[in-house]
Amino acid sequence: MTYTPEKPALPRSIEELRATIPGWGADLDPKFRPAVPQERLDPDLSGAHWEFPERQPEKWPRERSIEHQFLTPVFGTACPPRGASGKIRRYAYAKYSEARAAHWLLLIAADRVDTVESTLRSFVSRRPDNPLTETGIRTEFTRGGLSSRVGRKRADVVHHPLDPVIVAAPWVLGAAVTYAAIRRLTRGRRGEQTTDR
Amino acid sequence: MVYRGPYRVRVEEKDRPSIEHPNDAIVRVTRAAICGSDLHLYHGMMPDTRVGMTFGHEFVGVVDEVGPSVEHLRPGDRVMVPFNIFCGTCFYCARGMYANCHNVNPNATAVGGIYGYSHTTGGYDGAQAEYVRVPFADVGPSLLPDWMDEDDAVLLTDAVATGYFGAQLGDITEGDVVVVFGAGPVGLYAAKSAWLMGAGRVIVIDHLDYRLAKAAEFAHAETCNFTEYDDIVVHLKKITGYLGADVAIDAVGAEADGNLLQHVTAAKLKRQGGSPVALNWAIDSVRKGATISVMGAYGPIFSAIKFGDAMNKGLTLRMNQCPVKRQWPRLFEHVKAGYLKPSEIITHRIPLEHIAEGYHIFSAKLDDCIKPIIVPNAA
Ligand SMILES: [Zn+2]
Ligand SMILES: [Zn+2]
Repeated sequence: MTYTPEKPALPRSIEELRATIPGWGADLDPKFRPAVPQERLDPDLSGAHWEFPERQPEKWPRERSIEHQFLTPVFGTACPPRGASGKIRRYAYAKYSEARAAHWLLLIAADRVDTVESTLRSFVSRRPDNPLTETGIRTEFTRGGLSSRVGRKRADVVHHPLDPVIVAAPWVLGAAVTYAAIRRLTRGRRGEQTTDR
Repeated sequence: MVYRGPYRVRVEEKDRPSIEHPNDAIVRVTRAAICGSDLHLYHGMMPDTRVGMTFGHEFVGVVDEVGPSVEHLRPGDRVMVPFNIFCGTCFYCARGMYANCHNVNPNATAVGGIYGYSHTTGGYDGAQAEYVRVPFADVGPSLLPDWMDEDDAVLLTDAVATGYFGAQLGDITEGDVVVVFGAGPVGLYAAKSAWLMGAGRVIVIDHLDYRLAKAAEFAHAETCNFTEYDDIVVHLKKITGYLGADVAIDAVGAEADGNLLQHVTAAKLKRQGGSPVALNWAIDSVRKGATISVMGAYGPIFSAIKFGDAMNKGLTLRMNQCPVKRQWPRLFEHVKAGYLKPSEIITHRIPLEHIAEGYHIFSAKLDDCIKPIIVPNAA
């Protein structure tokens, strides 16, 4: 009862729990829980034979948070910034700290630009994007797309129809940008011709 | 696999990773997994997720090549690799906070290094591939014990350790009522671990009945499908004698199955599986003076948390990425003793060439999917 000092009774007694659940209480004493306390000096697990590690060579100006004093001794090199998205990313890192919303919003914006850029770039490569197969949509038919959703009171079904919009949006946008660019180019040329005369 | 844009991934030939630092190793992946937190990347929700990036931070494999300063590993060694990349000697590593290593992630100071987890965590390519670069090979990986199954091992590299850590941060004492939000892999392991730490009652909340069935069977938990109640908070109060739980574990995270627009619907409808709804439910449904442990993945962009209630109720909020390697010795004992059988939750085995299908099944929760494992072509 909440309004008296006692805690409400448990549905099953401790003895019953110990009997039914393998290992019940094995780590009851916090000293058996390896991450307690959270901080302790020298947890003797490391295997490191350095105090400050050797530094990985920086092959291109590697972007970094301005909250760091210098480039960390080790870093990933998965996708160096390139194109317009790369410019936005470099700017977000060079200008704003992690404390600033602008930092993260610029990075998210760069991600969208990157998607459009990369998709367009893929069309002039040997491996063009395939918007359908890349979504794995086939499994909707082979792995019970309907039966996994209908009559199951799932809370996430509401937003599932939005997913295709998110997938298709960069494509539609890409097409619109291309169309606008072509129109601008052709118009510009016509304009030049008239001034020549 | 490589990321091609929101909801799109494909298989692509990439250059084999090379030794970039003297303490690197190249590991041939024999098992990888898709993690719930990979869905944040897949949905394009994590800032600085670049097209061309390979995901995957849960893996085991065989050492293929080692850098000149590697002393503890040799080619041919079977290793399991924690999802954290860490140096072993910085201020944080020296204090056992391996997830918070300061020497591996130039892109941010708030988070350490993670394999295949956008550039926000250092820009490392991930392990849903044939080969992966493992930095600080003398520090991160452990030899796979020969008695341990690869399927169990791959889950210990993140999901099990994180679930166990979630229960640890809950500071459970004997007989505590523990409520776990989310019956995905981390939630299931957190529920199971809560018993090891002496919980008196474990209640798991989710919206997918098949996952709740797993929670009942695998984790001996009481279960509750929140879609069946007008107000899950009131229901939780009712079943805990109007007191509330002593400990809550948020194993959902921000928008694990959503997108930007879900933010709106989540706030409006209060009926979404994504968070911060789960975290806010946790804050509201626990008793005063309770501890909340946050294990779900949250991105760097702010989320609206009911901080006033947390303050007024005197709650303790604890959270971090799991320092995986610190947990291993004890977790190995539990697996050996049979208290934990991590691989029991694996539902799907997907060849690397069908990765797009694997992501869709997992993301849309088709075919009663709980945990998919990736088997590379090379294996
Ligand atoms: Zn994970
Ligand atoms: Zn470190």
